[in-house]
Amino acid sequence: VLDIRRRTGVLFGILMVAQVLLVSAQVQTKTGVRVLQAVTFEVFSRVEVATASILHATRHGWGDYIALRGVRAENENLRRRVADLEVRLQQEHALAARSQRLQELMDLKTQATVPTIAAAVIAGNPDSALRTVTIDRGSADGVEPDMAVIAPGGIVGRIIGPVARHAARVQLIIDRNAAAGALTERSRAGGMIVGAESNPPLRMELVSNLTDVKPGDDVVASGVDGIFPKGYLIGRVEQADRGAGLYRTITVRPGVDFSSLEEVLVVLTPSRPATRDEAVK
Amino acid sequence: VKTAVVVIAIVGGLALQATLSGLMIGGPIAINLVLVVVVYLALAYGPVTGVLAGTIAGLAQDALAGGIVGIGGMSKTVIGFVVGVLGAQFNLSTTVPRLVMFVAATFVHEVMFEGLHALVGGRHFTPQYSATMAQALVNGLIGVSIFLIVEQGPETLQRRRLRRGTFGRKRF
Repeated sequence: VLDIRRRTGVLFGILMVAQVLLVSAQVQTKTGVRVLQAVTFEVFSRVEVATASILHATRHGWGDYIALRGVRAENENLRRRVADLEVRLQQEHALAARSQRLQELMDLKTQATVPTIAAAVIAGNPDSALRTVTIDRGSADGVEPDMAVIAPGGIVGRIIGPVARHAARVQLIIDRNAAAGALTERSRAGGMIVGAESNPPLRMELVSNLTDVKPGDDVVASGVDGIFPKGYLIGRVEQADRGAGLYRTITVRPGVDFSSLEEVLVVLTPSRPATRDEAVK
Repeated sequence: VKTAVVVIAIVGGLALQATLSGLMIGGPIAINLVLVVVVYLALAYGPVTGVLAGTIAGLAQDALAGGIVGIGGMSKTVIGFVVGVLGAQFNLSTTVPRLVMFVAATFVHEVMFEGLHALVGGRHFTPQYSATMAQALVNGLIGVSIFLIVEQGPETLQRRRLRRGTFGRKRF
């Protein structure tokens, strides 16, 4: 038991505090609030702030550390799921692009006056000297050698043998051994398109210096070769200079983007040599 | 007995102070009998009595004065405590140290009282040293006198009675 006679300091402190409270209860601050109320509010507000800080720290600690024990595994799962979703997104993008290409191909197929069959490019050629690709259509689908292969951008090339049952090789028009009868759409100047190891990868040969050929002219198939259907776009004249001899030096940029060739149409009309009249015409 | 003495002293001091204040309205009150009583009780009975007496007397004086209750109480509580502790620690049984204690206590009390009033009332602290000095001297004289009366009064009376008795027997 506290012996107050031996604890004079305690008694003194208690009485002083009591009197301070008593005075505070009577005195008002400048705002009209009693000092006791103001001090009490101030003290308790600090207590509340401290309590809130402790509570916040506890919740923070709980939420950020203790409650996050399972987050590592969850994080791993989410990472995996994000990776899966990214792959699926890329697949969706690819599917959308493929759908667009197929739509363009369908449009071409509808416009084409010749019977065609769609084919997918399934492989390239490991030998860079030969510019060929392999498609997933073969003899079972009616594909034969020397059939023309076209795409929405223009002429791609021709089927070269042998043809497998479900696959065939396509010689691209840009191959250095490829050639096609061609003419400029504007001035109808005839010549022959051949592949070249240059940029652009097509040359138009046998075009007289007397003809009117300008850069920007569209070059289309003339059909005289009996392979490529007449009127189909081959490319666009990029440069047309007067040659040293009888013929112009013309370079042509192909209409087809061979770097992203995925779907093509095979023209199912067997090749036939042009007649003399057709050639003259 | 001690409690009764304390209560009587405080009540008596308050009554006398109120009476003297009524007689000196408008003039400087160069005496604080309640403070004298508190210092006396602290010196005579120690710090506990000093603290309790200071609190009770101060609060009562505040209540009677009609001001803020507690300021005088705090001042006199501090005085009762400090004087009581000093009285217990040092030998203050002679007149001069007691006079010094009364004077110092009055100074400290006035400074505290005015300071607390300035603090609570929001006014400037303007101590009046000359008036405080006069009050301190008067308080000191009264306090020392009370000690003399209380300590030596009964003995003096007894001596006088004895002297009267001896003289009477010789005379008659």
